[in-house]
Amino acid sequence: MLFLLEGLALALVPPFRPRRILQEIQFIGVKSTLIILLTAAFTGMVIGLQGYYTLRKYGSEGALGSMVALSLIREMGPVLTGIMVSARAGSAVTAEIGIMRITEQLDALDTMAVNPMQYVVMPKLLAGLIAVPLLTAIFDVTGILGGYLVGVVLLGVSPGAYFSGMTQSVVPLDVNGGFVKSLVFGLTIILVACYKGYNTEHGAEGVSKATNQTVVLSAVLVLAWDYILTSFFM
Amino acid sequence: MIKIIELHKSFNGQKVLDGANLTIPTGRITVVIGKSGVGKSVLLKHIIGLLKPDQGQILVDGVDISTLRGRGLREYKKKFAVLFQGGALFDSLNVFENIAFPLREKTRLSEAEITRRVQLRLEQMHLTSEAEAKFPDELSGGMKKRVALARAMIQEPEIILFDEPVTGLDPPMTFTVFHLIRKTHQESGYTALVVAHDIPEIFSIADQVAMLDKGRIVACVTPEEILHHPDPVVQSFIKGEVDFLEG
Repeated sequence: MLFLLEGLALALVPPFRPRRILQEIQFIGVKSTLIILLTAAFTGMVIGLQGYYTLRKYGSEGALGSMVALSLIREMGPVLTGIMVSARAGSAVTAEIGIMRITEQLDALDTMAVNPMQYVVMPKLLAGLIAVPLLTAIFDVTGILGGYLVGVVLLGVSPGAYFSGMTQSVVPLDVNGGFVKSLVFGLTIILVACYKGYNTEHGAEGVSKATNQTVVLSAVLVLAWDYILTSFFM
Repeated sequence: MIKIIELHKSFNGQKVLDGANLTIPTGRITVVIGKSGVGKSVLLKHIIGLLKPDQGQILVDGVDISTLRGRGLREYKKKFAVLFQGGALFDSLNVFENIAFPLREKTRLSEAEITRRVQLRLEQMHLTSEAEAKFPDELSGGMKKRVALARAMIQEPEIILFDEPVTGLDPPMTFTVFHLIRKTHQESGYTALVVAHDIPEIFSIADQVAMLDKGRIVACVTPEEILHHPDPVVQSFIKGEVDFLEG
């Protein structure tokens, strides 16, 4: 908690390091886009496929759009984005900071009177806060299009029904809930990644261990947070 | 002047420094020798404020730096530069950016002035202009040390601490790095503390040699005097007599 507070509080203290924050947004966000697009497209397609055959039993294929959109916006979008970011960027962040720790680069910053928390950790935390909600939005839109491809283009659901059902059933609370989740997940993943990297010990083996712990712990925390936040929004 | 008084430090109940005393005179090169794992780097990390002592004082120009926090500690660190054992160059920055880093972070110099100063240091370290654009993983061990020395020198610090500056280097490069330390010291007159165990080469640059053993400084004399020091521990270390059973 102290680590988080220090990391975020340093964002309010000069130097503000906008260039470092942009670099991290590029690394955590932009470079994760392709994997998010792929995951989202296939997730949307699977929900479309499963949803179509389930709804058809009740003659409610027209509700497919609502089902895809609600599943993605409320749950699948934030959770899967979080897990994919943790696997791609979280592990890399831990490895980067861990290597900086064991090769004394963090100590070198400290001896130059440059706060390593501000130079290394703060930009990554802010980038996580900014990039993960944006990636989640990309995930949601791509997933909805994936569901459209399977439900409308391949299985013949009416495009009008697909989108009108969606606009009627998705309310601001769903979008806000998804947004809050993505913020919390983004912060959690990068916090875990930075903390594990910053406290790496015992050489290369320590970096490997820290990286592994980051992926496992952040995935578990994303799911735990998901339950807590869902129960709060329900 | 740096004065270390009765410095104690333990890790997980194991004593590393046990009442170490050492005076590092201004403008001189003090070399701390001792076996691997004896606590030389721990001593150095106390002086740069990376570690806090369990007990004892580290006085720099009369100020106990172990009590400094926040701005006071940051101001104190501006007096220092450190050459770390592995160089500690930033992987994500090339040679030029690594050397320019302290100036970009801590000064408001124009980019033209920063470039001029970096070029000067590159020349001083006999680094070619092609090396400027290289990243640390493309450099040899000797080049890394020279880049790290250039980065340490760029802000013209009052005190430079060298943590095993020639470990892992071949004899010609060891000689080159020692020559550069001596040369830059003559030009800038900084106070230097060198932690090393390269005997007798290290004596060529030392004004004062201190030996650390079992957490204490057991000798602190000139290089000539240490060669004839009466302490058997000192003699045994200098002559390279290794106790395989100890520690």
